[in-house]
Amino acid sequence: MTRSFADPGPGRPEPIAGRCLHSGAARGAVLHLDEPLSFWGGTDHSGRIIDQHHPQCGESVAGVVLVMRSGRGSSSSSYVLAEQLRVGTGPAAIVMSEPDAIVTLGTIVAAELYERAVPVVMVAPDDLHALRTGALAAIDATPDGAVITVATPPRPDGQR
Amino acid sequence: MTAPASTDASSGVDDDRLVLSSVEQEMLAGRRGPGVAMAMRVVTSLATVRGAQRLVEVQSAHIDGCLYHGQAGLDFATRLHALGARVTVPTTLNVGSLDLLHPGLVREQTDHEREVAQNGRALMDAYVALGARPTWTCAPYQLAARPAFGEHVAWAESNAIAFCNSVLGARTDRYGDFLDICAAITGRAPFAGLHTDAARAGEVLVDCTAIPTRVLGLDLTAPLLGYLVGSRVGTRNPVLLGLPTATTEDQLKAFGAAAASSGGVAMFHVVGVTPEAPTVEAALGGSPPRETIALTSDDLVAARRELSTATDSRLDVVSVGTPHASVDEIAALARLLEGGRPVAPHVDFYLSTGRSVLAEAERLGFLDILTRSGVRVVVDTCTYVTSVLRPGARTVMTNSGKWAHYAPGNLGVEVVMASLPECVESARAGRVVIDDAQLR
Repeated sequence: MTRSFADPGPGRPEPIAGRCLHSGAARGAVLHLDEPLSFWGGTDHSGRIIDQHHPQCGESVAGVVLVMRSGRGSSSSSYVLAEQLRVGTGPAAIVMSEPDAIVTLGTIVAAELYERAVPVVMVAPDDLHALRTGALAAIDATPDGAVITVATPPRPDGQR
Repeated sequence: MTAPASTDASSGVDDDRLVLSSVEQEMLAGRRGPGVAMAMRVVTSLATVRGAQRLVEVQSAHIDGCLYHGQAGLDFATRLHALGARVTVPTTLNVGSLDLLHPGLVREQTDHEREVAQNGRALMDAYVALGARPTWTCAPYQLAARPAFGEHVAWAESNAIAFCNSVLGARTDRYGDFLDICAAITGRAPFAGLHTDAARAGEVLVDCTAIPTRVLGLDLTAPLLGYLVGSRVGTRNPVLLGLPTATTEDQLKAFGAAAASSGGVAMFHVVGVTPEAPTVEAALGGSPPRETIALTSDDLVAARRELSTATDSRLDVVSVGTPHASVDEIAALARLLEGGRPVAPHVDFYLSTGRSVLAEAERLGFLDILTRSGVRVVVDTCTYVTSVLRPGARTVMTNSGKWAHYAPGNLGVEVVMASLPECVESARAGRVVIDDAQLR
């Protein structure tokens, strides 16, 4: 995958405002999932997506700004996400357009047990689409609100 | 640029602020001990995410966090215990990673299996140390005490949640690992989701009147219907029309487990059968359905084919009892097995159930019939969540839509979805014997 972190591109996009589901600050490369992901059964211990039916099967969530509409499926996903955050193979931040309690719970537990402040932010669906795979995003989420700053604008070739 | 975006149109959460009672504030401030404070931080954090304006007192809890998925779960339970927390409401435990009554049944050959055995046992012990009852069943509604109609509870495990809401008419939202034990410790859950009247109304009408009554009465039909409905409605609440008034709790259990697996169904209505569905109108909460789905016998046959991934008649294992078998289901299996041919030597036949149901089955003489017929009984855990099947097993027949949905991914096996009589017939024949004509 070609990533152009250094190139800010023409015109810096406006920061995206969101609702803070879990506080924290992080930056990383965006991985935008086309379908919701179940961490339980859908990812392995190393953060790789192993759900054969998922369009991004084979990609890794480790260290990325994970962008998806919501989580999916089993409530054991909280546990699997907390475990990934414990061993350092979980996402750096999560951005969704739905207030997914199961995903957020995994980050709450990681914060309680391991002092890992992984931000979880809810944004409007249109803003979610603006976060393309490969862009570098910085996230700052506090109970008062959340801001996502994108360093790289959407790619002209339409790729996410 | 710090104002939160107004993106949650459904609840207008931006104006909502969680308001706690004085007792709840004391818990959060640590005046009931640091363990209670930790549990309350988790409950209130989730309440904020869910847009709840208050918490609700729960009368009981059912915990799913006792199945081992890694060190984090063990760290969480032992931290709560070390901080002095203890459950304050009657609390039951879902399956763990081990069968504590039948040592050696869960395999410990690989490094991973040994880790699961050792830490899985420690995790089960940790939840008992927190004051939960060692029930180890995914069917807590088959225990002697169960929630009353209208009672608020905090239950985890998707099939138990669906049964609790739909069949018992008690109220729980979709809880899971971590939140379950925190609700048991604080006696509180976010007042949101299926605790509220608005979220319990039916949304999608599922018309089953084109399916013959005889077919609707079959045990095989319930998990197939559940699979179909879950696939179509996702997380919305379905209202089933046309099911016989004689539909049993075991059939509702099989339906709910499948619907919660293929979709995310946590509440369903069966008109004339479940307690919040005396009529279609009542089940829909007085509103027209957002969508109507009509199902036929052809759909049932197609559902069985979709759930069945095996391509030939080879058979290695039969696994029944997901969710954990009831006494009635064990009696039905014993009747089918008694006096007949033995199970083929190369077929392993497993029945999963809870230890309290097993004790009752033993008292009634059913266990003796099962073991004489070669059935291996699994308690405290389940054949698809831990390492029970022999390593070379390729094709497994099950009567459970939930097992059929998850096992190919969890275990890497091929599955055949079948009725209980087909399971017994196939186990005796040593190969897959099924007949779709019964569904027409």
